[in-house]
Amino acid sequence: MDTKLKIELRTSPHLKQTVAVEQIMRNVVYALLPVCAFAVYAFGISVLALLTVTTLTCVLGESLFCRLSGKPNTVNDWSIVITGLLLGLTLPPGFPLWMAAVAAIVAVGLGKALFGGLGYNVMNPALIGRAFVQAAFPVAITTWTPAFLDKRFTEFLPSTLTAPFMQPPALGDWIEQTRVDAFSGATPLALQKFEQISTPVGDLLTGMTAGSAGETSALIILAGGLYLAARRMMDWRIPLGVLLGAALASLPFWLMDSLRYPDPLFVLFSGGLMLGAVFMASDMVASPVTPRGVWIYSLFIGVLTVIIRLFGGLTEGVMYAILLGNAISPLIATVTQPRVFGAARKDSRP
Amino acid sequence: MGILNLLRRNSFEHGIHPQEHKELTCRLPIRRLPFAPTLILPLSQHAGAPAIPLVSPGQEVVRGEPVASADGIVSVPVHAPATGVVESIQLMPSARGPKTESIIIHVYQGSSQEVLYSAPRDVDSMTAAEIIQAVQDAGMVGLGGAAFPTHVKMKPPPEHQVDTLVVNGCECEPYLTCDHRLMLEQTDDLLSGIHIVMRALGVERAMIGIEDNKMDAVDAIAGRLPANSPISVHAVQTKYPQGAEKMLIESLLGRRVPSGSFPSAVGVSVFNVSTLAQIGALLPMGQGVIERVVTVTGPGVRQPGNYLVPIGTPVRFLLDFAGSTAQAHELILGGPMMGMSVASLDVPVTKAVSGMVLLEASDADLREVKVQPCIRCAYCVEACPMHLNPSTLGLLAAKGEYETMAKQFHLNDCFECGCCSYVCPSSIPLVQYFRIAKAINREKAA
Repeated sequence: MDTKLKIELRTSPHLKQTVAVEQIMRNVVYALLPVCAFAVYAFGISVLALLTVTTLTCVLGESLFCRLSGKPNTVNDWSIVITGLLLGLTLPPGFPLWMAAVAAIVAVGLGKALFGGLGYNVMNPALIGRAFVQAAFPVAITTWTPAFLDKRFTEFLPSTLTAPFMQPPALGDWIEQTRVDAFSGATPLALQKFEQISTPVGDLLTGMTAGSAGETSALIILAGGLYLAARRMMDWRIPLGVLLGAALASLPFWLMDSLRYPDPLFVLFSGGLMLGAVFMASDMVASPVTPRGVWIYSLFIGVLTVIIRLFGGLTEGVMYAILLGNAISPLIATVTQPRVFGAARKDSRP
Repeated sequence: MGILNLLRRNSFEHGIHPQEHKELTCRLPIRRLPFAPTLILPLSQHAGAPAIPLVSPGQEVVRGEPVASADGIVSVPVHAPATGVVESIQLMPSARGPKTESIIIHVYQGSSQEVLYSAPRDVDSMTAAEIIQAVQDAGMVGLGGAAFPTHVKMKPPPEHQVDTLVVNGCECEPYLTCDHRLMLEQTDDLLSGIHIVMRALGVERAMIGIEDNKMDAVDAIAGRLPANSPISVHAVQTKYPQGAEKMLIESLLGRRVPSGSFPSAVGVSVFNVSTLAQIGALLPMGQGVIERVVTVTGPGVRQPGNYLVPIGTPVRFLLDFAGSTAQAHELILGGPMMGMSVASLDVPVTKAVSGMVLLEASDADLREVKVQPCIRCAYCVEACPMHLNPSTLGLLAAKGEYETMAKQFHLNDCFECGCCSYVCPSSIPLVQYFRIAKAINREKAA
């Protein structure tokens, strides 16, 4: 018997679970695809172009920054595709493509590459990109268009193809022309906040409303979240905590004055809360690793979202709430270190 | 605590579920391995001071005869596993890496290999102290893999009142089935060993914990227990590392061993089934440990099986006997989660070697892995049975902050089970980082 073995030396453990980073990231992309598909279905080729631009720009940006910093290209870990898709989904459907490209470059450059790439970024890169264009292009990012226009698959929204470095045209007249019944160019959140008109929760669930490209159907977002939670590729406590925090924070106000303040169900299903809770707050890199920390972090985001929505100048607060949550997540993790097995408790003897 | 205990399914928190691969050998009865032409007997097969040789080159030895004596309290003697002649006493490779002083015995192939060296005695009339001495004289160590001298564990510190003997039949390592077979085939030895150790410890009850993937062993043992026996047998959840003593104590008794303490702090002593079965078989005969059951398995082995292997048998001989495939790639002594891969086939089977696992290069388990940055997925935090934060420990290790790891993040509670490395999607060798950190801290302290 020949025993000329070519043996390798390794350190224990010699077995390895086969879930790898790129697998987790790829599955998040899978979970996002239905959301993207519905966004395209609801808003047409403009959103298709928007998602393509943000994703391609992010991928190319990551390759470029990797090359510039002399690191191996990390595009194939798929995380940058998530950033690109999420960024596109948070923008208004008619957002000018050149502005979307700016947002994507900022997302990957300022939000990710500057910190050292995947794993080192402090905040969610997609939201960094969106926060930048929120400040830079305040009009474009709050210009909404109605969903389910008849010509959405044949014509771009007028603002989509704005020439680079130009401001988009005002959409008021165009919306008049397309004769959409009763569309005021406002999202459910704005309607509620400024005119106290509540949109039925059924419409919010199925995405029959105006809003950012990917935030309008709470149901599809939830389904993606359930898929990831079932595969243990997302911490289910984070979306739950965010939603719980938002519901609990909005409940007392609604009980006090149900005309002025939205009911908790509306809070949960309107705006970007669902998309943010399921796909952005749950970003592994920017959330705490400790089990107790996860609850604090997610409740904090939920409560803060409601505070910004109800008392801030903005109609939507999810983005800043998550960015702030990201910012304090290292601190939360530090103060919520797990209690080591057998650490001083009362007395472990029965 | 009471409600928690009701909800608990005979288990501990966290842990992992690796593929078991036990089907390769779990139905194969224990077979005796022939004697290798040369046996290599390291003087240090146990934790503690190496034994002192009693023989010199050229001297003939009889199977079962002591060839090295214990050096102090935390040490055990070594016995000749075969009749033959001492060739030399020299440095030989060991599984751990450094060469260790070993007695090389050339085995007489013509010998009947009868164990002539024994002194039968009536264990029932022995006192606790005599039993403990007899256990040391037998060269008994923790055969589950720890190799800590057994007699030392039988003398818990006087301030600790031990009330329960926990018998560890979990065998939570993937691939290994030697304890499983032993519980099925040597049930009587196991039970008499339990009785002997209970008498020495002065405890009123013993609890046998067996993972619920071995219900046949649970049934076999339960079938031998008379009504109102002080010994009880319990199925515990199949989950790695159920066989870690702190985990098993929590699963069976709901007691948590305080951080930094031994099980005796919560009134428990834990012994492995193979240790107890050997005590049960050897003590009445007055013999020493000269052989043990080893699971030879893995995709790289042609004839997997459970073999009764003389201590000192070189791995090369075992491998020749069982056969290896062309793709065999990594040789592990012990289980695949905590065992050591060996560099040389001249490494011998020692008392604490429970298995020899041969993995193949084509295994998904062994795919080339690229270490990626930590993405804080917290899989490791969810897996760590000691409730540590391996993610943060890993980041600190990368920065070389070894003292912070020990002082603020409980590095020394890590017993290197490997759960964190196993689940890490970024393939960060966390356990290896922690081993290095501990070693450097030890060096600094010394």
